[in-house]
Amino acid sequence: MLTSATLIYFSSVSNNTHRFVEKLRLPEGETARLPLHTRSETLEATEPFVLVLPTYGADGGRGSVPKQVIKFLNVESNRRLLRGVIGAGNTNFHESYCIAGDIVAAKCKVPHLYRFELMGTQEDVSKVHKGLEEFWKQQSSLSAA
Amino acid sequence: MTTSVTTETQSTLLSHVEAINWNRLPDEKDGEVWNRLVNNFWLPEKVPVSNDVQSWATLTEEEKTLTMRVFTGLTLLDTIQGTVGAVALIPHSLTQHEEAVLTNIAFMESVHAKSYSQIFSTLCSTKEIDDAFRWSRENQNLQRKAQIVMDYYHGADGQKKRVASTILESFLFYSGFYLPMHWSSRAKLTNTADIIRLIIRDEAVHGYYIGYKYQRALEQETEERRQELKDYTYELLFELYDNEVQYTHDLYDGVGLAEDVKKFLHYNANKALMNLGYEAMFPSDVTDVNPAILSALSPNADENHDFFSGSGSSYVIGKAVETEDEDWDF
Repeated sequence: MLTSATLIYFSSVSNNTHRFVEKLRLPEGETARLPLHTRSETLEATEPFVLVLPTYGADGGRGSVPKQVIKFLNVESNRRLLRGVIGAGNTNFHESYCIAGDIVAAKCKVPHLYRFELMGTQEDVSKVHKGLEEFWKQQSSLSAA
Repeated sequence: MTTSVTTETQSTLLSHVEAINWNRLPDEKDGEVWNRLVNNFWLPEKVPVSNDVQSWATLTEEEKTLTMRVFTGLTLLDTIQGTVGAVALIPHSLTQHEEAVLTNIAFMESVHAKSYSQIFSTLCSTKEIDDAFRWSRENQNLQRKAQIVMDYYHGADGQKKRVASTILESFLFYSGFYLPMHWSSRAKLTNTADIIRLIIRDEAVHGYYIGYKYQRALEQETEERRQELKDYTYELLFELYDNEVQYTHDLYDGVGLAEDVKKFLHYNANKALMNLGYEAMFPSDVTDVNPAILSALSPNADENHDFFSGSGSSYVIGKAVETEDEDWDF
């Protein structure tokens, strides 16, 4: 399925990341959620976007990137349009805190823009809201130059 | 709801037991969390606590006493959660697989409880250990927090048990967890801190899972009942918080760390609420945990790791991480 959303995210049935994205109150169509199951057809981005993904605390970070995200990023055009990553997690996971975000950022050579815990506090929401606005401004001036 | 063994009312009328079928998962979270917990399994005997003997000798008598009291307090909570808390949730399970996950949680809590004894036996004398356990029996605020939680565990309301359980896993431990993180940030008792970090990781998965099940069960409740449970959650958290503040002063006033510990309490109270699906309660100006503690907890949790927050100059793209994910094609 094609999407022109600028914020694409994965959230499991726990809905923590989903709640965070809802709290950002971005306009309709600006956000898209990856399918819950890997057997479903994944999304195909048509515009540059930021990816939000959670980490669930695996030992040593192995297998941390959700399979649904792997399927999505295995589509070359999605990787090409990925501009940055936002990680969700829990500091209780020590070095694995938001490690799925680190892995994707390193693999795709994009910045890991922000990290938040669980469904994010109000402060996280305003920081990301403001941060994303500035980030896209920067991006458009970069591409204009 | 699954049949026979799981519903609350009919356990005495049980005529047969349903065999658990892991090939049919009504809630995929059960399988996911089971795997996560199994893969995270650990035993304290694998951590070389004896390497902390020299470091232990550098602590003052007051610091040693504090550390032992903190650990007996944590032992008490792990004992409750292992033998009462997680077990008390089993009859309220929404699926058979949830029952199985809870048995795993119960067992790991008993491993946690035992790991403190391993730390004690490595670092302390029998008399010191006995004194610390006596303190845990006699400290009013510690006994009170145990009593408050136990009362709910012995009650009949499964949802209230889940709330109490999530608050225990995600909030009540942290007045204690603070101290080994404090020592670790000063390069003291670092092997002991490694054990505590393993416990902290487990508690995060436990709090997440029990909080998740609470939210799933909430979907079946009436609007009125949801409001009742929400009010109850905040009331219980406040009651336990007041007690926790006193407990914190009991323990940490002597070493001048109480105010620092309280920030850590606020920060974790917010996370307990989020695990239950509720908004954080404490504002950011009282949750600004000492960066040394936060970094002992997670080395990449500070603001320098956030592109949005920092100047960007300290930010390094493509920080080296192990990327050994199987099925990772590109």
